[in-house]
Amino acid sequence: MQALVATDIRKAFGSLEVLRGVSLRANKGDVIAIIGGSGSGKSTFLRCLNLLEVPDAGSLWLNGITLDFNRSGPAGGTTPKAKAELRRRLGMVFQSFNLWTHMSALDNIIAGPIHVLGQDRKEARAIGLDLLDRVGLADKADAFPAQLSGGQQQRVAIARALAMRPEALLFDEPTSALDPELVGEVLKVIQGLAAEGRTMILVTHEMAFARDVATHVMFFHDGRVEEEGRPDLIFSNPGSERCRSFLKKFL
Amino acid sequence: MGFLDHFAFIAEALAHLSVGIPRTILLAVASLLIGFVLAIGVAAALLSQAFLPRWIANGYVYIFRSSPLLVQIFLIYYGSGQFRSLFESLGLWGLFREAWFCAILALALNTCAYQAVLIAGGLRAVPWGQIEAAQAVGMSRCRVFVTVAFPQALRHALPAYSNEVVLMIKATALASTITILEITGLAKQMASETYRPFEVFAAAGLVYIALNGAVAAGFTRGERFLRRNVAQRT
Repeated sequence: MQALVATDIRKAFGSLEVLRGVSLRANKGDVIAIIGGSGSGKSTFLRCLNLLEVPDAGSLWLNGITLDFNRSGPAGGTTPKAKAELRRRLGMVFQSFNLWTHMSALDNIIAGPIHVLGQDRKEARAIGLDLLDRVGLADKADAFPAQLSGGQQQRVAIARALAMRPEALLFDEPTSALDPELVGEVLKVIQGLAAEGRTMILVTHEMAFARDVATHVMFFHDGRVEEEGRPDLIFSNPGSERCRSFLKKFL
Repeated sequence: MGFLDHFAFIAEALAHLSVGIPRTILLAVASLLIGFVLAIGVAAALLSQAFLPRWIANGYVYIFRSSPLLVQIFLIYYGSGQFRSLFESLGLWGLFREAWFCAILALALNTCAYQAVLIAGGLRAVPWGQIEAAQAVGMSRCRVFVTVAFPQALRHALPAYSNEVVLMIKATALASTITILEITGLAKQMASETYRPFEVFAAAGLVYIALNGAVAAGFTRGERFLRRNVAQRT
């Protein structure tokens, strides 16, 4: 069953074409790893999926809503309402965590459910505490971001995304800003989510993790998908020369 | 006149001027609060992508920061009398004939210009990633502002805010020029009745110093409270 489909997404910043027509099809439970060199467009593509960048062309489909960027004018797909609905239904985890520094860990998690989903505070708190427990931070509910390590902050950020009960989770290099010894605790949480059958799209430089956890791998080069397929095939026998030399640097 | 006599009369003057303390505080608090509410809108306009609101807000800030507050007070209080029939037809004359209304209006419009700049600066200092994180959970623009951007902007602006509050408390003294008997107004009256301006104005100065000392202490505590969790752990 399809969960999220992106078709022929294009995006340019000024004269720089960052995405030259990228498509993605995620079925429910898929874990799609997006790999590629820096500047290949992988982060921009992920940001296009929840409209932190608005594509110049292409379309997005998320179970029941379609946003068509080929139509011009305000009648096109990007009305603020449609934008907000798409974002509400997709979870996003950022490279630099982006926790709200003036709120405790628990308040970070429950702000969205209370203000966007309209949950009452008591219910949101109960769910939030449960999620903190799941990411191994049950004792950190009242801690503020500045009092947490990078790995802990990122786990809170994952709980914040989960609290919105997203239909798919987007991860933008979730471990790239972490000290090496903290990477494992975050990957473990993401791996647990994959095991639950959550739909996830993950931009990452952790090749071993992508190989072990992903159901599908996309290799980006120069704003296009150069190669994609099952991780065992991509990693053991990449078809394109560029992909092969890229992977050689990592494995 | 003995040396101790000066102190005795200063004490007497302090007792007399204390009647004006609530009036000074009322002028300052009312205009700061009204100015604050208006300043949120002006700050939003200052940061607007659209040219017109930004232009209007910049003009407003420029005019009110570049002309003397005393001129603004005179303009509103004395100037409005020249347009009495207009204000009467609008049903506003009852307000504009009141010195209190004119004083608070002038003080509020003045502090609004300064506060707008403070708030806009605070908003600019909010890391963009925090705004994106709020958008990513599906918050509306308004909700992002209320929940994430504005509380953080206030934290950034707070140290400068204590300065603005102190300046406003001192600025209320200008209200004495349009018949309001707050601390300075009472002091002027008392000085001309007793012919002892030295003791009376020394007492008035002491009252302002005490008020602003309390404000500074309050802000220090407030900042410590708001920063309690934001400082990087060591």
